[in-house]
Amino acid sequence: MSKSIGTSGSLINDPRARAWAFQILAIVVVAALGWYLFNNTQTNLEHRGITSGFAFLEHSAGFGVSQSLIDYNESDSYGRLFLVGLANTLLVSILGIILATVLGFVIGIARLSPNWLVRKLSAIYIETFRNIPPLLQIFFWYFAVLRLVPGPRQSLSFFDALFLNNRGLYVPAPVSADGIVPFLVAVVLAVVASIILARWVKVRRDKTGRGFPLLLTSIVLLIALPGLAALIFGAPFHWTVPELKGFNFQGGWVVIPELFALLVALSVYTAAFIAETVRSGIQSVSHGQTEAANSLGLKPSRTLRMVIIPQSMRVIIPPLTSQYLNLTKNSSLAAGIGYPDMVSLFAGTVLNQTGQAIETIAITMSVYLVISLSISLLMNVYNKRMALRER
Amino acid sequence: MSENAKSLGIGDKIMIQMQDVNKWYGQFHVLKDINLTVRQGERIVLCGPSGSGKSTTIRCINRLEEHQKGNIVVDDVELNGDLKNIEAIRREVGMVFQHFNLFPHLTVLENCTLAPIWVRKLPKKEAEEVAMHYLKRVRIPDQAHKYPGQLSGGQQQRVAIARALCMKPKIMLFDEPTSALDPEMVKEVLDTMIGLAQDGMTMLCVTHEMGFARTVANRVIFMDKGEIVEQAPPDQFFDNPQNERTKLFLGQILH
Repeated sequence: MSKSIGTSGSLINDPRARAWAFQILAIVVVAALGWYLFNNTQTNLEHRGITSGFAFLEHSAGFGVSQSLIDYNESDSYGRLFLVGLANTLLVSILGIILATVLGFVIGIARLSPNWLVRKLSAIYIETFRNIPPLLQIFFWYFAVLRLVPGPRQSLSFFDALFLNNRGLYVPAPVSADGIVPFLVAVVLAVVASIILARWVKVRRDKTGRGFPLLLTSIVLLIALPGLAALIFGAPFHWTVPELKGFNFQGGWVVIPELFALLVALSVYTAAFIAETVRSGIQSVSHGQTEAANSLGLKPSRTLRMVIIPQSMRVIIPPLTSQYLNLTKNSSLAAGIGYPDMVSLFAGTVLNQTGQAIETIAITMSVYLVISLSISLLMNVYNKRMALRER
Repeated sequence: MSENAKSLGIGDKIMIQMQDVNKWYGQFHVLKDINLTVRQGERIVLCGPSGSGKSTTIRCINRLEEHQKGNIVVDDVELNGDLKNIEAIRREVGMVFQHFNLFPHLTVLENCTLAPIWVRKLPKKEAEEVAMHYLKRVRIPDQAHKYPGQLSGGQQQRVAIARALCMKPKIMLFDEPTSALDPEMVKEVLDTMIGLAQDGMTMLCVTHEMGFARTVANRVIFMDKGEIVEQAPPDQFFDNPQNERTKLFLGQILH
């Protein structure tokens, strides 16, 4: 026979009843808060005479944009402007993630180099760029570095093809010509040949143990085949070289200084964090692993590639994901120098012109949410594949 | 086992020659004038209190630790700063660690084929055949496609022995191979090592398994405070130790 203590059977002491009670309470509070916010917004909007809804996306924007990856002119709609901003945000984020990853891994590995100078230099890099606010770094590249280059008429010219001035870097743009089809075919052939070659090298190593200079051969293939096609069938491209007409350059492609400053600042800043992540990841692999590889006669570079890096990746990936998210979110600092990204274009100019604060902010926030969740998802899939198998 | 049988298979060739080897960790003098000659087929057990330098001694042989004074010659190759020499020596010297140090991201088979493929440049198929041969020898061929984390400690240590053997080394170093194992798993690892000794492998083994030393070793070396205090065949070493420090140590571990 068990003995009940105190108020036996009382609901107050029943853990399940308590759990239910707290959850019901939480739902009531959240619902009340939501209703209050909604009601408050409705009242305010009515009070100021603002019509809510997404009809404004159809209206003509009436202003120009300094950089657009898709066709856009002033008479296009706000909806199209949204796509312009989205593309610009994605451009700087993707390029930034690639650059920051490469730079971060190099510096992170250099941080553990046996070479004193290399080690100290990467330590100085990390401590410098990690500890300065990103907006300030964007300002540094934009105002202190890029504003020092001369105006269009005094452009710095490289081989009369590349021009650098305070409106950006002007590079020749390719325009397709007669030889384009054979050229592209040759490129595809070279890529396919390299892939087949890589398979063959692996099979041959499995069979005979002999190595093969795969990278070098692939590079030669990728240069030689398209080059040969161009020689036989004629040039695949004409180049439109930028020319100074009036006050500015015409023709060619332009990398605007805002993009350049933002990209460099974000990559350099985030690379410092990624370098620390990589360092800690490598150090998390026990020294016994290195000793075991050494005792088997593996060379240091091979040990790093086949023993240390694969194990450190599972420690590196979660914080690396949050660095990618940080870079993407920090790209909204573009507003500081007027790079036309989502925030400065859509949540900035469009919001000011239309007054549709709730809609534009909601759209912008959802876009960042979707981008961030996509990155997380991709990285989680990758992390699952790297996970160690244990009992 | 008679004295005769124990000395059987010991060749004239000198595999390891350590001459006046000294090493310091900062101010701390870990190895003091170590002189040691190991002939082909010799089985040597190093014992001594913790911190006596026995692990450091064998770790100097394949350059996991760098000695600062004296000479070490392994299989006629001088162990100096020359990277080619270090690589050549490491190819011929296998090592087994206290904590196994298997590569957890590779299967048992991949653990065993990694070095033969990349260092010995063996074809993959041949490397796998060699690996399966040695996995059979340590009696775990059926675990070849599992990951180290899925095995017991004793099995992991046997994989580690197989991994080292796959490089077909001339010398095997064991650094306390049974110290991290549960008691019931010590025997399976020791049996594997005994089998290896019977095949004439040159072995240096840091261990506290005195039973193993008695049956397998043909020389036991006692180290204390960075010095070789006494070395003798096991019967003489255990039954009639000469040095006071050896007597004290044996008194503490043999009850």
